[in-house]
Amino acid sequence: MTDQAQILPGTLDLLILKSVSLGPLHGYGVLLRIAQISAQALLIEQGALYPALFRLVRQGLLKASWGTSENNRRAKFYELTAAGRKRLREETEGWNRLAAAMGTALATQPEEI
Amino acid sequence: MKLQAYFRSVSGKFLRHSQTTDEVDEEVRSHIALRADDLERTGLSRAEAERRARIEFGGQEKCKDESYQALGGNFLETLMQDIRVSVRGLRKSKGFTFAAVATLTLAIGANAVVFGLLNALIIRPLTVPHPESLYGLERGNDKAINHSYPDYLDFRDRNRSFADLAAYNVVGVGLDTGDQAVSSWILEVTGNYFDALDIHPYLGRFFHAADEHGPNSAPYIVLTYAFWHSRFQEDRNVVGRVVQVNKHPFTILGVAPPEFRGTLLFVFPDFWVPLVNQEQIEGTSVLTERSNRDLLMVLGHLKPGVTKKQALADLNSVGSYLERTYPKDDANMHFALAHPGLAGDWMGDPVRGFLAGLMLLAGLILLAACANLGSLFAARAADRAREVALRLALGSSRRRILRGLFTEAVLISLVGGTIGLLGSVVLLRRLSMWQPLPTAPLTIPVNPDVNVYIVALLLALASGFLFGAVPVRQVLRTNPYEVVKAGSSGRMGRRITVRDILLAGQIAICAVLVTSSLVAVRGLMRSLHSNFGFEPRNALLVETALNTAGYSGDAVPVMQKRLIDALQSIPGVDTVGLVDRLPLYYGFTGSNVFSDQTTDLKPSNAAFQAATYNISPEYFAAAQTTMLAGRAFSWHDDKNSPRVAVVNREFARKIFGSERSAIGGFYKLHDGARLQIVGIVEDGKYGTLAEDPTPAMFLPMQQSPSSLVTLVVRSGRDPEQLTEAVRAAMRDVDAGLPFTTALWTHELDSALFPSRMATMSLGVMGLMGAMLAVTGIFGMAAYSVSKRLRELGIRVALGGQRWEVLQAALGRAFKLLAFGSAAGLILGVLASRVLAFIVYQATPRDPVVLGGVALAMALLGLLATWIPAQRALSVNPMMLLREE
Repeated sequence: MTDQAQILPGTLDLLILKSVSLGPLHGYGVLLRIAQISAQALLIEQGALYPALFRLVRQGLLKASWGTSENNRRAKFYELTAAGRKRLREETEGWNRLAAAMGTALATQPEEI
Repeated sequence: MKLQAYFRSVSGKFLRHSQTTDEVDEEVRSHIALRADDLERTGLSRAEAERRARIEFGGQEKCKDESYQALGGNFLETLMQDIRVSVRGLRKSKGFTFAAVATLTLAIGANAVVFGLLNALIIRPLTVPHPESLYGLERGNDKAINHSYPDYLDFRDRNRSFADLAAYNVVGVGLDTGDQAVSSWILEVTGNYFDALDIHPYLGRFFHAADEHGPNSAPYIVLTYAFWHSRFQEDRNVVGRVVQVNKHPFTILGVAPPEFRGTLLFVFPDFWVPLVNQEQIEGTSVLTERSNRDLLMVLGHLKPGVTKKQALADLNSVGSYLERTYPKDDANMHFALAHPGLAGDWMGDPVRGFLAGLMLLAGLILLAACANLGSLFAARAADRAREVALRLALGSSRRRILRGLFTEAVLISLVGGTIGLLGSVVLLRRLSMWQPLPTAPLTIPVNPDVNVYIVALLLALASGFLFGAVPVRQVLRTNPYEVVKAGSSGRMGRRITVRDILLAGQIAICAVLVTSSLVAVRGLMRSLHSNFGFEPRNALLVETALNTAGYSGDAVPVMQKRLIDALQSIPGVDTVGLVDRLPLYYGFTGSNVFSDQTTDLKPSNAAFQAATYNISPEYFAAAQTTMLAGRAFSWHDDKNSPRVAVVNREFARKIFGSERSAIGGFYKLHDGARLQIVGIVEDGKYGTLAEDPTPAMFLPMQQSPSSLVTLVVRSGRDPEQLTEAVRAAMRDVDAGLPFTTALWTHELDSALFPSRMATMSLGVMGLMGAMLAVTGIFGMAAYSVSKRLRELGIRVALGGQRWEVLQAALGRAFKLLAFGSAAGLILGVLASRVLAFIVYQATPRDPVVLGGVALAMALLGLLATWIPAQRALSVNPMMLLREE
């Protein structure tokens, strides 16, 4: 557990949008996908996932429909809406800017001041 | 029904709530199953895998809860929570809750009743198809609603704007269905009446224009549903039955549908008969007389696409044609159109004016109630300042706190509004059942409908938000740190607060209400004690119409004399006089009066219109009308002697300049008759109590016979015994003659009815205003005393006099009272001009009224501050100081 990074507040939504953008997923699938795309570095607390999913659905960023999973279980699948795609793009740019800025800031050496 | 819909919507929300919960549940279950599948694949047993999956998932309840909130379904839950908290809070302060709910109950109730009247009499259309295009014709400057039959025929046949025009007239008849004749009120209508209104029979058939073939050719009756129900017990075999109307056989054709009760809102007839049978119904037929313009109300639907303006232009051109063609009979032939329900503008204008005024006052009451509740809520919020501060300090949002306050306000307003509405529904239903006048078919059909419910609940909600908004600023400005540190009692500012303004405003409104009700009461008192030109006390009236028993022509005067003689011979009877229609009995019959020099007797040359009465020689003695000069009639003023008249002072003044010169003078009537004035009597009231002096003439009944008979029996005897004796005597003369008896004082109720109703409603408004003033002042005084108890205790401990203590405690309340009352009084005096419309002699500049209002407000103030003052005076400094 300790080698897994703590999720920053506000990043969960972005991660969900990203993972769903790669193809429709059910809730458990979103968890697995996040673990997979972050190379097991980011692990989401399972109970926190669903409120976030519902919030995104309510905001119109995701849409949900019931379907059947690969191992024949009934599950609810999530997909990105157009609004969700747009949001993902914006948030990704925002995150990249922030990360770049943080990187630059943290890389600053004493002689550079 | 309304309640059911409400429950359905609430349960719908719960249903959706449980649906979403189910969905969240299922999703969580599916998640755990999928995880367990994966774990199972790593070699765990199914049971173990599921257990592990559940543990990994963590707190399911918390997850579901958060999911549910994220779904936005929590609105209702928060609301329920707010309501629960509010109910608990309101339960804790029972006095406050009771006062608030009671105030609103009264205010909403008053508004619902007044709106119910407005709705039923003005907003709600007549129950005929397409009421919006149905108009009645009004003629001339004074908007006369009645027209002659030949004029009606010309309107009907010459206009191009109306689909059809029908005409009708209200008359009283005697109906004999086999046992005994009873009086009924009916409508005489033209043959096309039902077709023009597009009404279809409930049972049997109606008569049509094709059934009319000249005088007395259509002896048919159509019953109203209500009369069929009450008189014939809904017997379906009445169709085809022959009954006697005024001793003439009429055949019942059918029954009208229940919702159609004629086209007048106030008069529900028992049945309809064709107008062509007027001679059988009324004894004489005046259908050929174009000059008889007081006869028929005319109405019809505009053709589709024709505007009111086009129709008026059309009618006016027909009118000017008639003026040119019949200069002797027709003048002032220009028209107005009005919806017919309130007899056009004749009754419509005063009713609309009065109801609008009443609605305004009711609105003021609601406003005063809101001001009252607003200051109560502000006080409550101030008392809870510490609690609010604490909650803010603990992280509650201001929005949530305000929501709580509003929930409380709306809860109170809804409870108060519902109770008020229920009360008003009961009252309106009662009012609809009420028959205010025993001898007339007057009804007030004001059953409440959905409009009333909606308006009342909306008003309740709106006022809830209005007074709930008063403490908002207070909460928004609360600084938790300051309040918790200093305590709320440290904030007794000297400056004028919102609450002061609210209270002063409220008192001003209440003073307006008290002023207007006093003006109305005073006006009624005056009209009761004004000079009517007759003495209604100790007089019994017998009303009948000789044509209802088949008398006509020469038989009428003979029968009249027999009746007078029969009643005269009853022991204890002083005098018996006869008049065709009493003064102050639903207006008067007017006749055009021409000066003796006028030769062209067309209406536009008339000197004026005079109220006309046909009387017996003893009428003035029986009515105790004072003769000012000349003589009364004698039995010798009959058909064979020169025509004579007695006129009132106003008549004499108008045509001859003075009373003296009028005696022996001549004037002419429309038909060319030349009358000599033989006597002058005092002025009286003829049409309404509020009228200006009106000219009147009295003609000897033998020279102008009328089958309408009202006998005035003047006697000092006990009215009940006298009534018995009179009834027996009437039956001895002719058992088949329907008649009614009434004390003249009771009969006058019809004339006083409008101003009685006005006074009663304004009185109730004033009373409510007074109650609101009392509760408002009481609330304010009690609050300020309780806040300053400690200060008062110190004053008492330091030897303050009682007067000083009182001044400190209540000085402010009294200042506000004085200020508000003065403002209200001035406003009330201004507003009372409106009242002059309805209430006889409504003069607000009356010292009695002004003094009365001042006294009333002072008394109300005293009453309201009595208990707080007692409390202030009984302060025990030791107790108080020890408590701190």
